[in-house]
Amino acid sequence: MPLVWLRVATVLYGVGLVHAILMLRQKGERSGRIAAPAVCLGMVFHFVSLVETAVLYGYAELLTIRHAESALALIIAVIFAGLYLRYKTASPAAFIFPLVFILTFASAIAQHSVTISSSIFGGWIFFHVCTLIFGYAMLFLSFVSSLLYLVLSRQLKRKQTSPWAARMPALQEIDELGYRALLLGFPFMTIGLLAGSVVAEERFGAAFAADPKVLLSLLMWGIYLTLLYTRWSAGWRGRKAAYLASFAFLVAVCAWGANYLSKLHRFIAP
Amino acid sequence: MNFSVLGVNHKTAPVEVRERFAISESRLPEALARLTAMDGVEEGMIVSTCNRVEIFARSQNGNCDLQKFVRDYFGFSAGEYEPYIFEHQQLEAVKHVFRVASSLDSMVVGESQILGQVKEAYATARAVGAVNSQLDQLLTRAFAVAKKVRNETTIATSSVSIASVAVELAEKIFGSLTGKSVYLVGAGKMCELAARHLIAHGAKKIYVGNRTYDRAVALAEKFDGEAIPFDRLYDTAPWADIIISSTGAPHTIFRKEHGEKFLQARKNRPMFFIDIAVPRDIDPALNDLDGIFVYNIDDLQQVVASHIGDRRKEAVRAELLVEEEVRKFEQRAQTADVVPTIVSLQQHLENLRQAELDRVRGRLGNLSPEQEMAVESLTRGIINKIMHTPITTLKSAARDPESTTVVDVVRKLFNLRTEAAPMPAPVAIVPAPVRQPAASAEPAPPLAASQNRK
Repeated sequence: MPLVWLRVATVLYGVGLVHAILMLRQKGERSGRIAAPAVCLGMVFHFVSLVETAVLYGYAELLTIRHAESALALIIAVIFAGLYLRYKTASPAAFIFPLVFILTFASAIAQHSVTISSSIFGGWIFFHVCTLIFGYAMLFLSFVSSLLYLVLSRQLKRKQTSPWAARMPALQEIDELGYRALLLGFPFMTIGLLAGSVVAEERFGAAFAADPKVLLSLLMWGIYLTLLYTRWSAGWRGRKAAYLASFAFLVAVCAWGANYLSKLHRFIAP
Repeated sequence: MNFSVLGVNHKTAPVEVRERFAISESRLPEALARLTAMDGVEEGMIVSTCNRVEIFARSQNGNCDLQKFVRDYFGFSAGEYEPYIFEHQQLEAVKHVFRVASSLDSMVVGESQILGQVKEAYATARAVGAVNSQLDQLLTRAFAVAKKVRNETTIATSSVSIASVAVELAEKIFGSLTGKSVYLVGAGKMCELAARHLIAHGAKKIYVGNRTYDRAVALAEKFDGEAIPFDRLYDTAPWADIIISSTGAPHTIFRKEHGEKFLQARKNRPMFFIDIAVPRDIDPALNDLDGIFVYNIDDLQQVVASHIGDRRKEAVRAELLVEEEVRKFEQRAQTADVVPTIVSLQQHLENLRQAELDRVRGRLGNLSPEQEMAVESLTRGIINKIMHTPITTLKSAARDPESTTVVDVVRKLFNLRTEAAPMPAPVAIVPAPVRQPAASAEPAPPLAASQNRK
């Protein structure tokens, strides 16, 4: 049953995605009337799906890749809803919805994974996964804001604003939003990675560091730190910051994708 | 629904003519009193702004001579200003009210001032009792239409002056302008105007730099700002978020290398340069720097032009909305015209029936309940049969411009007194109490137009 809810949510997010794409060119007022309730409903189904999974199969089930993907998508969708309420703008949808849709879609069509046993790992793994999911969401948010910043500043410089850009929040608001997302996400990312390494060290010894996902995660954390540092010291914004954030996002995607390569992150009882 | 409107506005008359018609705020109540005292005028309202002087009236039978009012009130001779005066009757008048309130008739279509001015005129007219029933409903409806037009079209969302476009752009860059600082380079009029707009939107600190230091001081005083010697320009410029430049310098003042230094000093926080000088004060290459936005006078004008274009497109939609509202208003008013007559006709016949029944009751003696019912249904049946044709005629007449004639005929045929008409519908047919014609009997003193120029 959770899978059915998830698939319904995927379809509803799809409506949001279509609207987001339409909005790039036109005013999209009409499709917005359908898209907004569709996305809200999608979030409700999505939440139900996750809760039901936890109830039916236990919390440990949420730690599998497919459910972690689903949870990440939900968090990003909730953040989008928050932005919408705060800034009265749906402009970020153009960047947010493709990811939300892909994540839920991947999760909805994934094979039912093997039952995992978290009991051996204890609550630390749960903590590790949760903090990192939040860290990822925040990293993505700062990436989206740097893209929005780039688009809006380019249009302002060219002295032509499209209807899409005209609905964006002000440049400085976008900038502050991205910065706050970085500030908030960094501690989560750090703590999450630390928690992961402590558990891995205990179980696998020092060899865990050679795992591809671990290496990519470290790289991602490094770029995260660089992003914050350049912002603090030189106030990097706009193009440079956007390039760096895009790089961070790319590494983050690889690190996430490395789930499929990593032996450590299967969480299966050996 | 006998509305008429007459007047002059920016479309029909030049300012020399409009100022002859202007009625100052203090004289409005008296003018309204004289308007409503005229023969046939039931209600009246006068809107007098710098772009229009319009007299709205509702008459009992559609023949009030507003031309005469204008001639008498202003002391014009016949035909003097006739070519400049426009006049609308009935539905055209309704449409005109809707268009004026929705700012479709304004010089700058979509500007918001006119609605406030009409509301003020309405408040004045209401206060002196010149607006009390149908005109009141018309205006209330007009305000609702204006709101609808503003909500459903984007006619009023874009700015159409250079200063307001500058503010809009600044807000697109900085969000709220609260606490932002502005640097005026050069002490020109345009600079001052733009600064005023920015301050009105929350900008706090104003710096003024000018080659002649005294003029900088004078301008800074106006805004409670700070005058800065011109040789310190490049050190102090990074303090400001917005720089407005309008010097008469023959060469550019801000070049790319300056921009780089400013950004360094500001830790890359964005800066907005507005260049209203010709020849330009700011090197366009500055715009290439990340975080610096340069708009010159042409760029601003281009934004203004595109906004005006947008408004024109939206105005077409707004006009359709107004047309639809006029139709709705017409329908409502028409049914409202006949409903009181139908009701009073029904009541009149019912009264007759009751009276006749009471009269013969003694002769009928004691009736069984069945017999009582038979008498009831017999008398009711007769009345309904009689009323059927007049009512259908009235109802179909409501869709006809001749409705008032039919209403009058029915009222005369059945001898329906107007007082007897209850007021079920919002629009009552009860005429306003007869006014004292004293005021209109007095000859109107000619008015010096220069007194009430607006």
